[in-house]
Amino acid sequence: MAERSFKKEVQQLKIPAGETFRGEGILAITKALLESGVGYVGGYQGAPISHLMDVLADAEEILGDLGVHFEANASEAAATAMLAASVSYPIRGAVTFKSVVGTNVASDALSNLASAGVKGGALIVLGEDYGEGSSILQERVHAFAMKSQVWLLDPRPNLPSMVKAVKDGFDLSEASSTPVMLELRIRACHVHGAFVASENKRPPVTVKEALANPSRDMSRVVLPPALFHHEQEKVHQRWPAAQKFIRERGLNESFGPKDGRVGLILQGGMYNTVVRALQRLGLADINGDSDVPLYVLNVTYPLVDDEFLDFCADKSAALVVEEGQPAYIEQAFAAVLYKNKGTVQLSGKDYLPPAGEYTGAVVHAGIAGFLRDHQPGLLSDRDRAPNRPETDETVKQLAEIVPQRPPGFCTGCPERPIFAAMKLVEEELGEHQIAGDIGCHLFSTMPPFNIGGSTMGYGLGPASNAAFDGGGDKRAISVLGDGGFWHSGLTASVGNAVFNQSDGVVMIVDNYYSAATGGQDILSSRADNPTKATQHPIEKALAGVGVEWVRTIDRTYDVGKMRDTLREALTTEASGPKVIVASSECMLNRQRRERPIRNQAVKDGKRVVTPKFGVDEDVCTGDHACIRLSGCPSLGLKKLDDPLRDDPIVQIDESCVGCGNCGEVAEAAVLCPSFYQVDRVQNPGRFEAAISRLRSRVIAALQNWRENRRLVKQDLVA
Amino acid sequence: MNVAVHADFERRQDDALDAAGLIRLAVLAVGGQGGGVLTNWILSLAEQNGYFVQTTSVPGVAQRTGATIYYIEMLPGSDRQPVLALMPTPGDVDIVVASELMEAGRAVTRGFVTPDRTRLITSTHRMHAVSEKIVPGDGIVNPQPVLDGLEKTARSVIAFDLAAVAERHKAHISASLFGALAGSRLLPFERDAFEATIRSSKRGVEASLAAFHEAFELARGTRREAAPASVPDVPQTRPAAARPKVLAARWQALVADVETLPKPVRDMALAGLQKAVDYQDADYGKLYLETLRRVVKEDTAHGGEARNFDFSRMLAKHLANAMCYDDVIRVADLKTRRQRYERIDDEYGGSDGSVFTVTEYMHPRAEEFASVLPAGLGRRLKDSPLGLRIVGRIFSRGRRVRTDRLSGFLILFFVAGLRRFRRRLLRHHTEEAHWRDWLDRATVQLPRNYDLAVELLRVRRLIKGYGDTHARGHGKYDKVIAGIALVEGRDDAAEWARRLIDAGLQDAQGKTLEGALETVRSFVD
Repeated sequence: MAERSFKKEVQQLKIPAGETFRGEGILAITKALLESGVGYVGGYQGAPISHLMDVLADAEEILGDLGVHFEANASEAAATAMLAASVSYPIRGAVTFKSVVGTNVASDALSNLASAGVKGGALIVLGEDYGEGSSILQERVHAFAMKSQVWLLDPRPNLPSMVKAVKDGFDLSEASSTPVMLELRIRACHVHGAFVASENKRPPVTVKEALANPSRDMSRVVLPPALFHHEQEKVHQRWPAAQKFIRERGLNESFGPKDGRVGLILQGGMYNTVVRALQRLGLADINGDSDVPLYVLNVTYPLVDDEFLDFCADKSAALVVEEGQPAYIEQAFAAVLYKNKGTVQLSGKDYLPPAGEYTGAVVHAGIAGFLRDHQPGLLSDRDRAPNRPETDETVKQLAEIVPQRPPGFCTGCPERPIFAAMKLVEEELGEHQIAGDIGCHLFSTMPPFNIGGSTMGYGLGPASNAAFDGGGDKRAISVLGDGGFWHSGLTASVGNAVFNQSDGVVMIVDNYYSAATGGQDILSSRADNPTKATQHPIEKALAGVGVEWVRTIDRTYDVGKMRDTLREALTTEASGPKVIVASSECMLNRQRRERPIRNQAVKDGKRVVTPKFGVDEDVCTGDHACIRLSGCPSLGLKKLDDPLRDDPIVQIDESCVGCGNCGEVAEAAVLCPSFYQVDRVQNPGRFEAAISRLRSRVIAALQNWRENRRLVKQDLVA
Repeated sequence: MNVAVHADFERRQDDALDAAGLIRLAVLAVGGQGGGVLTNWILSLAEQNGYFVQTTSVPGVAQRTGATIYYIEMLPGSDRQPVLALMPTPGDVDIVVASELMEAGRAVTRGFVTPDRTRLITSTHRMHAVSEKIVPGDGIVNPQPVLDGLEKTARSVIAFDLAAVAERHKAHISASLFGALAGSRLLPFERDAFEATIRSSKRGVEASLAAFHEAFELARGTRREAAPASVPDVPQTRPAAARPKVLAARWQALVADVETLPKPVRDMALAGLQKAVDYQDADYGKLYLETLRRVVKEDTAHGGEARNFDFSRMLAKHLANAMCYDDVIRVADLKTRRQRYERIDDEYGGSDGSVFTVTEYMHPRAEEFASVLPAGLGRRLKDSPLGLRIVGRIFSRGRRVRTDRLSGFLILFFVAGLRRFRRRLLRHHTEEAHWRDWLDRATVQLPRNYDLAVELLRVRRLIKGYGDTHARGHGKYDKVIAGIALVEGRDDAAEWARRLIDAGLQDAQGKTLEGALETVRSFVD
């Protein structure tokens, strides 16, 4: 079960033609796929397109009614390989994953798919995780488009344009027998907007029908001699066909006056940011009507040379607004100009920064600078010579004070005790070489844990420690999430370790979901999923590839056991990889699942027990060791109104979910006795309530007896 | 808190965007803390009132407790689709709503708050960042410079503890933020429209509306912010009749004694006296006062009066803490007190007939067992590795004690009762010897270097916690004392002592302290 349900939203996928669709970009893309007559869809979750996978999963019934098959693929490579159906059959297919890391994984299949070429439209919807909020390396997908000859769409980030791009993408794919990638930036995926819906289309040929009538075409198999023809075909047929289609269908757009002396050339995805810069410079109105000519590349690969030359024909200067590096588009246009003896002064990453996200401020400054040099008459006095803001000093001061707030483990996260235990073991056995993977567990690299020194890719954590497989005085530790395990870790990391007789320790963090991406089910998920096969234990897979030393911990919050098991793994005489499977459900998902059930039970008068934790104010001495070993967000600081105490004490806020990690850590690390657990029992049984009353009375009597024989705080007023 | 209520929204008219009635609003929140709900409410409010709205966010992994920004642009609807920005840009934001004080500060550092344009609404409460929380001492950022910074950079500021407002009504902070936004009149929608939005959300409507109303009135200026809910330190005073009369009289005598101390020392001395008596008994309070009085005399003799009795005041604080060391008796005592049970009952009991159980997480070690033995016996055990191992086998393990049950309660009640014998136990001897040595060491410095003497008292601050933490504290204490010995004769010895102590409070491992000591060694060699 995913973290967010789209059950309600997907009903919009059925609205009739002419009605207005409102929602997030991701949902609009799904609707566009259905309106395009897609025959099968799939993908692999990851920000920012996780919700697209969730939407597809929640829409499975609607898809089924239309004869559309949905596959939750095992990886981006598997998703891209699925598009092979469009090589042999005239069926449209679409898959989605995050870029650029997903594209990296997919590249084997992508190259083969691109070589073979497609009959049915093949669309890859890429969630571009670049700039603010990104959690991955900063690269461009553009390189993949160029090397494999796959077309790249980068539409303007509004719902109508994005919906149109999906439809254009399929048509372009079919017109040029080439797969098409549709790139959506983070904010475009999450932008809320509206568009007018068309009718959903059943695929002309469904996958079921294709299966009943198999077909094969040797010329499409990527083997010699066909593969040599494929290369020629790409250059001599598919590329020109694509350029022709782009020009004739007007996929790229021009805005603004025809006769401007300077112009801006931009990726479609940069359109709103560029227009905002123009709006603020007084050169465009709220509807985007611009005083400066704009050439908007909704298709960033391939480029259409003569379209570009036409745009530049009577201009003296043009600025390319191209996010990311290297500046492929700028370079390509420069080459076109050179070969055609163009005279326009082409700029790009001279006025704009060579790397980093093109934010509003960056683009504003770049365009203003370009215009100041090339057509200052367009600018107001203020923009020609802007003043420095007077508040710079204050901003600088605050920048030194305001603490950073990087993401971290959620309240009650079952991964926290794993790393607390790791810290405890390191206190005994010293520091170790620790490699991370991809997933929530990577938050361990940040304070307070500061554990793990590398991440080499999804499912590659243990593989990235392979240089240390031979062992030594200490063992290398690697961490692998359950998502990464099934994505590729089983073979690339665990199989690799078994085969090479690794002496290392592998910690598999099993939180029942692909949690970091939003809690999608995977093979080892415990949930009953009506359309997917779950509940395949990781241990069985480990045994299958030949791991002999396996320890399973089915409650990670048991910090003591966690620590002892890890210590054993690091010190045992056993040979071969030592694998610990640490399992507890992702707390975010668990709460989402259990809370409504619990609330209903309370309403129905059933007995419900809710645990919470607390800290005894007077017992806590304010040394914060518990926070350094746990870091739970529900542990906050509180300054006491007591002149004798300088340091703030710890308190637990109401977000506590009662996981018990703080108490267990305090116990395992012998920190302090401040923590206590309160189990609140709603609708207790009659006997239970009576016993509880009786106990309280006896205890109160004892307390009073002692209190009457001493002086206590509340007597002590001057 | 700082409040500024302004007249209804007068819009800037700088450019075509202003002319079109565009409103640019950024929400800065902590992941998972209501920013998404608030954004959806604003979206639906504006759409319901005929506005064209565009919202964006960058959730990604930032939703996991990290700083998150949501961005909204809206303008009166028309036939043509406007082209709006997908992210806030410095100098181009009309309203910033921050769900926490440092997030408001972050809005400033990111340039989203500018004096010509930006109206800021923020909650003043704090959710401390990890970097603040992991400091062994006090790592909390001083909020005042941030509040001042907001005043300087924003066109107007509305700042209240909106988390407290939400909590008072058992609502989420999104409701009180929404209320403050409505009350600010910065959006061109009536109060009814805001309320209708909350109603249509269908979940926790009543609680949300209550929080909304209070925040609305606070922002409007028709209600003043309640003083920070001071949770009374003492939940209930004991009925006068129940007070042991003899003891009460002894207490009054001790209080009268405090009155004879120099005025600057009295407040701290009274607090220390309360602690000592509450910890042990009236005799112990007397010992505290006598020790203090002796030192006050020395202090006076060495010019203490001119220095506002810094030395005596520092002693009054740290002597109380040193004498009231945290031993198992103390812990058992605190955990079995009536006030504690009342406090837990207040929080978790409730009037709905629910009951609760209480489980203590403890891990006594052999050392703790030895510490509650009579001094002689305890010392012998501590000196015997075999004995410690045997006792460790028996005692040292994590224990969950159910203190709502009689069985569990009685164990702790019994241990708390050992208080009567405390002054004969090993731990007491160790602790008393330690603080007497500490006091002598500082007092000796009084005639030589008054400021250094004060710092020598302050070193005690490094000792706190239990188990390993406590041992580490002692280690740091010893290191700082040794470090101070190196600079003792210098004029700036007090300054160096202060630096060493502060360094010791910086991190748990004592790395900062090692660095500071290295510096000291480098110039004394």
